[in-house]
Amino acid sequence: MSVPVLDVRGLAYAYPDGHQALFGVDLHVRAGERVALLGPNGAGKTTLVLHLNGILQAGAGSVEVSGLPVAKPNLKEIRRRVGIVFQDPDDQLFMGSVRADVAFGPANLGISGAELEARVMTALEQVGMAEYADRPPHHLSFGQRRRVAVATVLAMQPEILVLDEPSSNLDPASRRELADILRSLDVTVLMVTHDLPYALELCPRSVVLSDGHVVADGPTYDMLTDAELMRAHRLELPVGFRPESIGSLPP
Amino acid sequence: MGAGHGHRLHYHGHSAVHRAPAHLKILALVGFMLVVVATPREWYPVFGGYLLVLLGVIAVSRVPFGYLAKRMVIEVPFLVFAALMPFVATGPRVEVLGVALSEAGLVAAWGLAAKGTLGVLASLTLAATTESADVLIGLQRLRMPALIVQIMGFMIRYLDVVTADLGRMITAMRSRGVDPRSPRHWPALARTLGALFVRSYERGERVHLAMLSRGYDGTLK
Repeated sequence: MSVPVLDVRGLAYAYPDGHQALFGVDLHVRAGERVALLGPNGAGKTTLVLHLNGILQAGAGSVEVSGLPVAKPNLKEIRRRVGIVFQDPDDQLFMGSVRADVAFGPANLGISGAELEARVMTALEQVGMAEYADRPPHHLSFGQRRRVAVATVLAMQPEILVLDEPSSNLDPASRRELADILRSLDVTVLMVTHDLPYALELCPRSVVLSDGHVVADGPTYDMLTDAELMRAHRLELPVGFRPESIGSLPP
Repeated sequence: MGAGHGHRLHYHGHSAVHRAPAHLKILALVGFMLVVVATPREWYPVFGGYLLVLLGVIAVSRVPFGYLAKRMVIEVPFLVFAALMPFVATGPRVEVLGVALSEAGLVAAWGLAAKGTLGVLASLTLAATTESADVLIGLQRLRMPALIVQIMGFMIRYLDVVTADLGRMITAMRSRGVDPRSPRHWPALARTLGALFVRSYERGERVHLAMLSRGYDGTLK
């Protein structure tokens, strides 16, 4: 089999205050997959995400991205390969215009001139925000800002797109628009969420993280219909939502 | 949302003043201010001349004067201070409408009010005719150190976010029966400001993480 895009082995991490967040996590994501990382609040999802591009350094175990270990000397390349879209777009968009914000990542990779411009416009077109290139980001709606945040990462042409709670605070229309965009992208996706219907809609496979352990890994449909698993790890479907009515996505 | 342009002091337009390069406008403002401040305050007619020049620029920029006048309210605390000076300053007194006022105080008050008003009006004119991003580019062209320009850029970017945070916190306080104006509730207001500081500090950390995640290495490219 080919080298996984994301290869996490036995990852453990304790915060400096002694609180241990991850206990030997294994996670493998292959090229082209869309995987949901599910888990209740405080399960360690965000901690895991921050290991994927070396913001946090593993206490034990290892993280590899397409065969390249996440370690100090490789950080620049790792951060190109792993694109993280954070939960609050206001944390991610800090420049005076949408264009400058999307250009920020590729410019840090040393790209300039016409190629930079082309990357920026391609990324903005992928998320349907090209006409807003010269607006200041703080004047956009929340859904538009979330899409620009996705574009800031796409412009770096990552091998894996990591989204932290992509559907949070979105109205249903923006939520659907973002789903359409994610489906249209030809990129590997790891989506951290507790929005279970969204995971079912977008990700054929899910991994459940609970108290710093991976407790399940398999088709999203099987997870959401496993009442015992769901109950044991504080996962709940919205009232009235029946996965049976949607069924399983083809892997 | 989604349609707004510019910042709250900006007045959208396409006049010659709007189009002038930002660094020239900044230089003109600083030069004008230095001349105004250096002018002895007893040269009364000269200040009239300055005001005419400024009003001329405003007329060319086609920013309504009322728009600027409303924003000049920021100057009020200085004017109050200026108004106190004739009463508290020492020296020979003159009778004005039956009240004995200090002559030196009157002159000082005039100087403060005239120079302050000219300064505020000139700054507001720059702000009304220049987008904040252009001011930053102008400062960069004037060789302001890049780090300071970056910090100012972040300040402008996050001013709205932090103000909105504060607005929501105060709304939440009001909803629970707190009146931020009443001194009895100032301790609660102070704690809110503390919480706002912590929130903004944490946001700063998150922004930094997001920047690192996109390959930031200490310089804006």
